[in-house]
Amino acid sequence: MGYAKHIESDRGLTARMFVTGLFLVILWAILGAVLAAVGVGIGLIVVIELAVIFGQYWFSDKIALFGMGGRLVTPEEEPTLHAMVDRLCALADMPKPRVAVAETDMPNAFATGRSPKAAVVCATRGIMRRLSDEELEAVLAHEISHVAHRDVAVMTIASSVGMLAGLLTRVAMWSSIFTSDSNDNGGGALAELAIMLVSIVVYALSFLLTMALSRYRELAADRSGAILIGRPALLASALVKITGEMSRIPTKDLRKAEAFNAFFFTPAINGKSGTSIGNLFSTHPTIEKRLAQLDELERQLNAG
Amino acid sequence: MGLLDSILGRTKAVAPKLDALFSLPSAAVTLEVQAGLVTSGRAGVCWKPPAGQAPADVQAEISALLDLGEGDADAPSLRSVEDDLGFRWLIVEGADLDDLVTQAHQANTLLTEAGWGPQLLCSVFGLRPAPDADASAKAGYLVYLFKRGTFYPFCPTGPASRDNEAELRLKSTVGADLPFEPDLSRWMALWCLPL
Repeated sequence: MGYAKHIESDRGLTARMFVTGLFLVILWAILGAVLAAVGVGIGLIVVIELAVIFGQYWFSDKIALFGMGGRLVTPEEEPTLHAMVDRLCALADMPKPRVAVAETDMPNAFATGRSPKAAVVCATRGIMRRLSDEELEAVLAHEISHVAHRDVAVMTIASSVGMLAGLLTRVAMWSSIFTSDSNDNGGGALAELAIMLVSIVVYALSFLLTMALSRYRELAADRSGAILIGRPALLASALVKITGEMSRIPTKDLRKAEAFNAFFFTPAINGKSGTSIGNLFSTHPTIEKRLAQLDELERQLNAG
Repeated sequence: MGLLDSILGRTKAVAPKLDALFSLPSAAVTLEVQAGLVTSGRAGVCWKPPAGQAPADVQAEISALLDLGEGDADAPSLRSVEDDLGFRWLIVEGADLDDLVTQAHQANTLLTEAGWGPQLLCSVFGLRPAPDADASAKAGYLVYLFKRGTFYPFCPTGPASRDNEAELRLKSTVGADLPFEPDLSRWMALWCLPL
């Protein structure tokens, strides 16, 4: 979900993310440069780019698990975690996703995978240690709702427009570099400049839209998860506990995980959440907004 | 849930399928004759209590509506326990499988009418070897999944181990008489059953 875009932003990646992300970036750079140099049409470049995006979608479970250091666990290793997922899936009438645990103390959880059948739900050791069983179940319900909503597919499709626009920007740049010395008139260069400007605008717009969509999907997952367990207040208390913990953890650790925010139950960095500009660039809604929605659901349940 | 609802993030609560439960009494003969199993006299309905109305109220309502006289020794008894995962079990005891199924169905219907149908997880029916059965008959459970409307066998052999062979044998014996769950990954383990 917005994975590649975050990789591109390239700030403080861990070694794992570096390996995963570097391949993609290098691949794009080489591909774009070579193809533009030999004069391959932009249509073909777009096709290849789409193949790369599709690959990220198809292998999203493996990429995310590798990036977070998550490990698939058997029911014998983690009986309680498995039992919770079992029961939530039986309640929601969903196939059971695979279950993974990441051995990190950062309290978080994520769900990924191309389809409900190929999904993985991963909790960190930190979240399992900090939350009560009931709160952990609420978080798992939120993640299982992401799976039910096919959020990986939706976010991949949503962010692919932006990725393509970003690619067009680079291709226009490269081809102007490669062709500028040999040729005559300024007509071609002008057209390329226009392509570049349009691409940049499209890229910026689609980035904002993707972030907005991501926030909407988070609220939708909160809502469905809360309805699934029938106790919105539990999800709210988990949220409060986790965000409280998140801001207490040293910044250095948090920034390493920033690229994976789109997968997370709560983002690793939520400083400056008060400003509206900050909200525009955020993958997750503000904690206030999420708590308000859960509060409203709790009221409705109690009234009904 | 339709694909559109799923893509728009509008999951709907899943309503339970209650009626397929009644295929169990008709499978009782096959169970006894071919698998050598009879009811253990206990059945449970498992549901996740939501926020709001106190569960005790509904339990009182259920007790009243099932018309369970406390003094009557022959009447099936009903009790309610919470398991370690925060799910509530209504446990019915009675010698007759027909009665157990009827009682369980009444409880399900009441919970559904209270608006808690989506919170229903499963019904479990205990099985034990019939007095004249051979050694191959193993005690176990038949679990009814409300959201699927299907049954599956669960034969625990310890606090975290189950006898898959016995379960699959049970499936091949009564699979034709009951709507069996075809997806084996949905045969969830229910450790530490309170019945």
